[in-house]
Amino acid sequence: MFEFYTPDFLPILPQVILIATALAILIEGAFTESAGPALIRRFCMGALLAILISALLSLIAFGLGKQVTTFNGMLVQDAYTLFCQMIVLIGSAAALAIGLPGLENQKLNRFEYPALILLATTGMMFMVAANDLISLFIGLELQGLALYVIVALQRDNLATSEAALKYFVLGALATGMYLYGASFVYGYTGSTNFDSINAVFRYGVEGPISLGSMIGLVFILASLAFKLSAVPFHMWTPDVYQGSPTAVTAFLAAAPKIAAAALTIRLLYLPFGFLVDYWQQIIIFISLASMVLGAFAALRQTDLKRLLAYSSISHMGYALLGIASGGAIGVQGALTYITLYMFMTVGTFAVILALRGRGERCVKDIEDLQGISQIHPKMSMMLAIFMFSLAGIPPMAGFFGKLYVFMAAIDAQLYTLAIVGVLSSVVAAFYYLRIIRTMYFETRPETVQATYGDTMVLTTEASFVLVLSVTVTLLFFVYPSLLLNMTQMAVNSLFN
Amino acid sequence: MVIIAALITVFSPLIGAGMAGFCERWLNDQGSQRVTCGLMILATLASFYVFKQVVFEGQYITYKLFTWIQSDGFDVSWGLQLDTLTVVMLSVVTLVSTTVHVYSIGYMKHDKSIPRFMSYLSLFTFFMLALVSAPNLLQMFFGWEGVGLASYLLIGFWYDKPSANAAAIKAFLVNRVGDIGFVLGIFTVFYIFNTVQFNEFLYKSPFFVNTSIELFGWELDAITLACLFLFVGAMGKSAQLGLHTWLPDAMEGPTPVSALIHAATMVTAGVFMITRLSPMLEYAPIARDVIIVVGAATALFAATVACTQFDIKRIIAYSTCSQLGYMFMAAGVSAYGASVFHLTTHAFFKAMLFLGAGSVIHAMSDEHDIRRMGGIWSLIPITYTIMWIGSLSLAGFPFFSGHYSKDIILESLWGSGHFLGQMGYIVGVAVVVLTAFYSLRLLFVTFHGKPRADEMVMSHVHESPVSMLAPLYILAIGSIISGFAMFDWFVGEGRRVFWASSIFVIAENDTIEAAHQTNIWIKLTPLAAALIGVGLAFLMYISFKWVPGLITRILGPIYTFVYNKWYFDELYNALIVNPAKSLGRLLWIKGDKAIIDGFGPDGMSNLSLSFGAVLCRLQSGYLYHYAFAMIIGLALIMGWFFWVLG
Repeated sequence: MFEFYTPDFLPILPQVILIATALAILIEGAFTESAGPALIRRFCMGALLAILISALLSLIAFGLGKQVTTFNGMLVQDAYTLFCQMIVLIGSAAALAIGLPGLENQKLNRFEYPALILLATTGMMFMVAANDLISLFIGLELQGLALYVIVALQRDNLATSEAALKYFVLGALATGMYLYGASFVYGYTGSTNFDSINAVFRYGVEGPISLGSMIGLVFILASLAFKLSAVPFHMWTPDVYQGSPTAVTAFLAAAPKIAAAALTIRLLYLPFGFLVDYWQQIIIFISLASMVLGAFAALRQTDLKRLLAYSSISHMGYALLGIASGGAIGVQGALTYITLYMFMTVGTFAVILALRGRGERCVKDIEDLQGISQIHPKMSMMLAIFMFSLAGIPPMAGFFGKLYVFMAAIDAQLYTLAIVGVLSSVVAAFYYLRIIRTMYFETRPETVQATYGDTMVLTTEASFVLVLSVTVTLLFFVYPSLLLNMTQMAVNSLFN
Repeated sequence: MVIIAALITVFSPLIGAGMAGFCERWLNDQGSQRVTCGLMILATLASFYVFKQVVFEGQYITYKLFTWIQSDGFDVSWGLQLDTLTVVMLSVVTLVSTTVHVYSIGYMKHDKSIPRFMSYLSLFTFFMLALVSAPNLLQMFFGWEGVGLASYLLIGFWYDKPSANAAAIKAFLVNRVGDIGFVLGIFTVFYIFNTVQFNEFLYKSPFFVNTSIELFGWELDAITLACLFLFVGAMGKSAQLGLHTWLPDAMEGPTPVSALIHAATMVTAGVFMITRLSPMLEYAPIARDVIIVVGAATALFAATVACTQFDIKRIIAYSTCSQLGYMFMAAGVSAYGASVFHLTTHAFFKAMLFLGAGSVIHAMSDEHDIRRMGGIWSLIPITYTIMWIGSLSLAGFPFFSGHYSKDIILESLWGSGHFLGQMGYIVGVAVVVLTAFYSLRLLFVTFHGKPRADEMVMSHVHESPVSMLAPLYILAIGSIISGFAMFDWFVGEGRRVFWASSIFVIAENDTIEAAHQTNIWIKLTPLAAALIGVGLAFLMYISFKWVPGLITRILGPIYTFVYNKWYFDELYNALIVNPAKSLGRLLWIKGDKAIIDGFGPDGMSNLSLSFGAVLCRLQSGYLYHYAFAMIIGLALIMGWFFWVLG
C-alpha cells in the first residue's frame, strides 16, 4: 500500500493563511457581478488583516525560538527565517496600507490587487524559508509572477505596460540564469538540499567540484542580484519604479528587496559558506558597483520615483557591503540595515502617496515638491526626516544602519570598500538634501498647472504607517538594542 | 549667608539676561525691563550686604562652587573669592549697572528690540561680576572673554548700521590682541607656579623672584614676563595706548552701553586685574615701570585728543582713556588702593557724564556734534547741573570725588621718589590742565552761546523723563560724596584694615604713605592746574570766542595731527589691517576660490554631475541593452573567476 507522507504544516501556517485569504478573495471577486470600491476596500482590509495575523504568528514562533525543518528538509523555520518573514510581512502590510487611498485614481481598483499582493508576499516568505534550491525556485517564481502582474495591472497605461514588459522579460532571463546555475550546482554536488551541499564542501573546497559549483553559484547570484537590483543587474529598476503606479512602486521597494537580501544571505552562508573566499570577490564587486552607480546616476534625476530607484540600488550596495564582510557581525549589520531601510522607504512612499495634486495625480517630479513645506509642514518635516535618514545623517536610523555595515567592513579589513562606501554616501547625500532644499527653500510656483501636492489624502492606516516609520527612523538610537537583539538572534540561528 | 548673598549678586543678572533673552515673547518689552531691573536691584542690595559682611565682619571667603577642569596636576574650580577688592568691585559694578538699566527704560523707549537690549546689558554685568569674583585666572579669563562678547553684542546692537557693525568687530578684534597677552600670561603663571589659583600662587611670588624663563634664546625674569603678558591683556581691555583704538569707536552703541563700558564693566577689568595681581607685581619692578610709562602716555595722548574732538560722546570716551592712564600710573608706583579709589569715583562721575550726555543727545533729537548745540542750558536745567557736577568731578575740583582720588594718585606718583614716578607726576599735572580744559569746553560749547541747532530741533528740546533722571541723581550723589566718604578706607588711615590681604604692598613701596607726607606744594599744584584749565576754557569759549580758531590756525599741522587722533587708526590700517586684508583677498580669490574650490568642491561636484550624466546615458530604455548589460556582467564575473581560479 501507499504510505502517505504528511508534512508538518505548522511551520508554514503563516503562508497558509495568506494563500487561503488570497484564494478566498479571488473566488469572491470572480463571483461578484461588479466589484465596487467598497468591496475592494473590504478585500484590501482582509488582506491586511491576514498579513498582520501572519506577522503575529511569526512573532510568536520567533519568541519560541525553535528550529524546525519540514517538507522533507525543503523548508526551514528558524529565528532567521521568522525574523525576515516578519520584516517582509510588515513591509507588505505597510505598502498595502499606504496604497489604499490611491487605488482608484491609479486604476488599481481591481479585486486581483490584494490577492496578488498576498501571493507575492507568500512567495517571499517561501524564499526566506527555503532550504533547497527547488523550494527556493518556487518561492522566487511565485513572487516574481505575482509582481509582474501587479506592475501590469494598470493595463491602459503605456508606460506601465512598458515597465511590466521589461520587468517580465528581464525577470525571465534572470530565472533562466537561476535554473542554469542550479543545475550546475546539482550536477557537481549531487544535491539540491542546502545542508547536503554544505556537507560536500566541508572537507575541502579545492578541485573541479568547487569550480563547477562556483560557476553555478555565479549564475544563481546573478539572478539574485537581479532581484536585489544590484549593479550590473539593476537596469530594470529605474524604468519599473518610474513606470509602475506609485502604490506598486512602494510595494516593490519595500518587500521583495528584503526577501531577496535575506535569501542571498542564507544561500551564501549556508550551502556555500565554505566557498566564502571565492564568492566574497563577487559580492565586493557588486556592492562597490551598486554603491557608486546608485550615488552618481541619481544626481541628474528629476523624477522622484526614478531617484528613489537609484537610491535603492545604492542602499542594496550597502547591505551587500555587510554581507561581503563574511562574518556574523557583517550579516547582522546587513540585516539591521535592510530592516531600517524598509522603514525609511515605506515612510518616504507614504508621504509621496499622501500628497495629491488637483488633477488627482500623485506627486511625480522633484519639482512638484517646491515650497511644499509652507502648505504641509508636518508632511515636509517627515519627508525631511526620511531623507536625512536615507542620507545617513545622525541621529537618524539610517546613520546607524550605515555605521554597523561600515564597522563590519572595517573589521573584515575591507578598507577600500568602506572608504568607497563612505564617499559614495557623501555623493548620495546631495540628492537627498536637494529634496529637502526643494521643499523648504524654494518658493511655490504661481502657475495653475503646478498644483501637485496641494491636497493631501491621509487615511488612518497610512498615518499609522507614517507614525511607525517616523518613530523607528527618529528614535532608533534611543533603544537600538530592541532591534539589535532580534537580528542577533536571527544571525545566531543562521550560524549555529 | 554671605555666600548666598554673593551668589545672588553674581547670578541674578544672568537669570535676568536669560529671562529677557529667551522669554522675549512671554515677557514683552515692559516685562523684560521689570525683570532685569528688578534682578539688578536685588543684586545691588545683595552686594551691599556682602560688602558689609566682608569689610566690616572680616568674612574673607574663597568658596568653591564646582570643579571645572581637572586634569592631572591642573585643577580649576568655579568659585567665588570674597575679599575687599572683589566686594568693592561687586558693589560698584552692580550699582552703576542698575542705574544704567533703569536709565535704559527711558532712553531706549522707542527701540524695537528692548528685551534683547536688556538681556545683553544684564549678560554684560554678569560676565563682569564673574570676572571680579574669580578665584583663579581661568575663571577671570572666562569673565574677560564674556565681557568682550557682550561688548561686541552691545556695540553692534543696531546691527543694521554698518558703522556699528564695524565698531563692534573692531572692539572684538583689538580685544583679541590683548587676550593673547592674557592667555600667554596664564600659561606663564602656570609654568612658574603650577597653579592658577590666586590664593595659591600670588603669595609664593617672593620665592620665584630669581626664576627665569628661556624664550627665543633670552633669559627672561619669569615673574616680570608673566606680569608683562598679563598687562598686555589689561591694556587691551582698559584701552591703553596702542590698544585703545576700539574705545572711541565703541560710541556707536547706544549711550547706556557707553556708560556701562566706560564706568563699571569692561575697561575697569584691566585695572582690577592689575590690582588683583599686586602681590606678584610687587616683585616685578620692571613691569611696573612699563605700566607707569604706558599709563602716562595714554593719559597724555587721550587728553590731547579729547581737546580737539566735537562729538560729545567721543570727548568723554577719550577722557575715560586718559583717566585709565591715571589708574595704571598709580598701580605702577604700587598705589593700588589709589588706583581702585579712582576707579570707583570715576565709575560714578563717568557713568553720570555719559548718561547726562545721553540726556543731551535725547533732548537734541539724536545730535552728537557739540558744534550744532549751544544755548540750551536753560531748557534742560537738570541735565545741565548734572553735567556740571560730572565735569567738575572729572576736572578734579575740590570737594568733588574726582579731586580726592586724582590727588592721591598724583601725590603717590611724586611720593614714590622714583624717577619715572615723578615724571608721571609732571605728565599727570599737565593732563589735569587738559582735563579741566576739555571738560569745561564741552560744557560751554554744548550749553552756552547762541543756539546753533535748527528751529525744528530747538523746539523739541526737553528735559528727560524721570526714569532717565532718577539714575542721574543717584550717580550725582555718588560723584559728590564718594570722594571724601571713602577716602579714609581706600587710601587713608584705615586702608590697611580695609584692604586687608586683598592688596599687598612691600613696605618700602608704600607710596600712599609717602603721598600723605609730601610737600604742600605738591598737593596744591594739581588744583592750580585744574583752575588754569578751567580759566583757559572760560577765556576761549565764553570770553574770546575767536581764540580757538586762531590757535587752530597757528598750530596747523600739530592740530591736525591731534585732531586725527595721532593717526593711530591710519597707522594700524596701513601696517596691519590693509596687508592682512590683501593677504586674505589673495588667499580667498586665488587660494580658496581658484585652487581649493576649483579642484575641490566645485571641481568634484561638476565631475560627479558629468559622471552621473554618463551613467544616465547608459540607461537607454532599450530592453536589449538591459539584457546585454546583464549578460556582460555575468560574463565579466565568470571571466574573473576563471582567471583567478584558472
